[in-house]
Amino acid sequence: MTALTPVLSAHWDEKDSFTLEAYTRHGGYTASQKALAMDPDAVIQLVKDSGLRGRGGAGFPTGMKWGFIPQGDNKDHYLVVNADESEPGTCKDMPLLMANPHVLVEGCIIAAHAIRAKHAFIYIRGEVTHIIRRLNQAIEDAYKAGHLGNGVDLVLHVGAGAYICGEETALLDSLEGFRGQPRLRPPFPAIAGLYARPTVVNNVESISAVPAIINNGADWYQAMGTEKSKGATLYSLSGHVNNPGQFEAPLGITLRQILELSGGIRTGHTLKFWTPGGSSTPIFTAEHLDTPLDYEGVAAAGSMLGTKALQIFDETTCVVRAVLRWTEFYKHESCGKCTPCREGTWWLVQIIRDLEAGRGREEDLAKLLDLCDNILGRSFCALGDGATSPITSSIKYFRDEYIAHITNKGCPFDPVASTLFVGAGA
Amino acid sequence: MAYSSEDLAIMDSIVKRYPRPRSAIMPLLHFVQSRVGFVNGEGIETIAKILALETAEVTAVSTFYTQYKRKPVGEYHVGVCTNTLCAVMGGDAIFAGLKEHLGVENDGVTEDGKVSLEHIECNAACDYAPVVMANWEFYDNQTVQSAKDLVDSMREGNPIPPTRGPDTLVTWKEASAVLAGINDGRAHEGVQAGAPTLLGLKISKEGK
Repeated sequence: MTALTPVLSAHWDEKDSFTLEAYTRHGGYTASQKALAMDPDAVIQLVKDSGLRGRGGAGFPTGMKWGFIPQGDNKDHYLVVNADESEPGTCKDMPLLMANPHVLVEGCIIAAHAIRAKHAFIYIRGEVTHIIRRLNQAIEDAYKAGHLGNGVDLVLHVGAGAYICGEETALLDSLEGFRGQPRLRPPFPAIAGLYARPTVVNNVESISAVPAIINNGADWYQAMGTEKSKGATLYSLSGHVNNPGQFEAPLGITLRQILELSGGIRTGHTLKFWTPGGSSTPIFTAEHLDTPLDYEGVAAAGSMLGTKALQIFDETTCVVRAVLRWTEFYKHESCGKCTPCREGTWWLVQIIRDLEAGRGREEDLAKLLDLCDNILGRSFCALGDGATSPITSSIKYFRDEYIAHITNKGCPFDPVASTLFVGAGA
Repeated sequence: MAYSSEDLAIMDSIVKRYPRPRSAIMPLLHFVQSRVGFVNGEGIETIAKILALETAEVTAVSTFYTQYKRKPVGEYHVGVCTNTLCAVMGGDAIFAGLKEHLGVENDGVTEDGKVSLEHIECNAACDYAPVVMANWEFYDNQTVQSAKDLVDSMREGNPIPPTRGPDTLVTWKEASAVLAGINDGRAHEGVQAGAPTLLGLKISKEGK
């Protein structure tokens, strides 16, 4: 049994965990003092040596990203933290920031020093009032304590309900004061990011992992995880389970292990399908219970680790209904810039809506897959790609269920059976 | 309404947060909502003037983002998550129940102006599904009945407090000010985490 390894979450159970006082009590802001006394390149090297990879989905090595920032170019550099957590199923950064915003603030101080940035921004989604309060207060307190303002300024920027702004170049456009639409790359943000200046964009969890790495060393971090996926991370379990929640564990733990620790699938039911890392990652089934949840293990099994958002659906759930809802989401959130995504997601919805309602034909499945082929890889960003994932993977594993909707001329499932309050008279 | 000199001073301080003024569009739009409740023509003109932009440029930004409203919402704006996971676990039933109970459709406002209703996308609280938001505060683990009780309490002027949020629910305008980056001094209120957030830590401490 792989033991859980609470690092980020270690003190979340203390009632005042979000305050400067509590953070300082547990060694908060000692890592930034240590890092500020180091040469910036040595900080980058330490993070490279730790093996830390991006926790926002793509898994790009964090230290390497920092190393791409040109040095001695006499330009302003910027650090931008992506706190626009909106990928369906993903719910790790928001509870982290509610329980301990200071760890992100300290991570920003260290990362800004490493990339020689004087300005850092946190772009947080707008639909989380209380977390915005906590982060704003943490920044104020860090200024008062002298942690911020002596070389690094940190600005909290609040979004306004656009999923696409979680895409790093759309985020930058949004932060510059434009509609949040992705940019064509190259140039990458490391060369021309915010205000066309060298910019690092990192996820909340990636930056929050840095203080502990500085304090405990690269070897300590390296000792957790698997060969190429080092360290510990937050896995978010949700859906038809007895006990949903956050589980901080070394990379490579399996869903079976997390379910055994947490209390399993909801009693009396069986696992039907699940996402390893949010709705943009191809779905898995019970045959993937022992797939190591690290970057390589999940990719080898045909999906992506993504945000480690483990959304669990049991046998009461109609997979066509689930996929339709996700597809409607992508259609709604497509920014409209690239034709394949804008038009393609619209047509995907039309076809799946008909299928779910029993008005489909078997040829529609081939048409869906053909549409997916024409969307995948043909737009500036990965939103359209993500829209194809649930469709192609669900047809692969549950083709019979799509066919059943056609032959039954309707959905064979009772939606009430999949709710949490079935039988509760609600 | 004309903006008071105090308001204009706040707007100026928002602009000064950024290396380049245009970056302040989004917090300024949140600020307009904190004063007017939605983004009106005067708000657009005021922002355009402050940032030396065309009103069309400010309008283009405000219409891209769903949190900027083009007509008044309720004093309490209720969002029901109907993305897949919440929908399946009860969000669809909650949304249907609230529409019927309030007699409004999606984006509708009750006649008394107290409650507006919207179906929303994933709000990053899936381990607390089904999730309802009010003025973007978390109401966790909702049922059809608890959601009806919530909107009833709003209409009676004494809203049930959020599950993970301040001790009392603030109004839409007050929440918009927080989103504009104005500290209302309530960050210390409420829990630091709910039980699901702490589950892994608890299991770890039990030695598993």
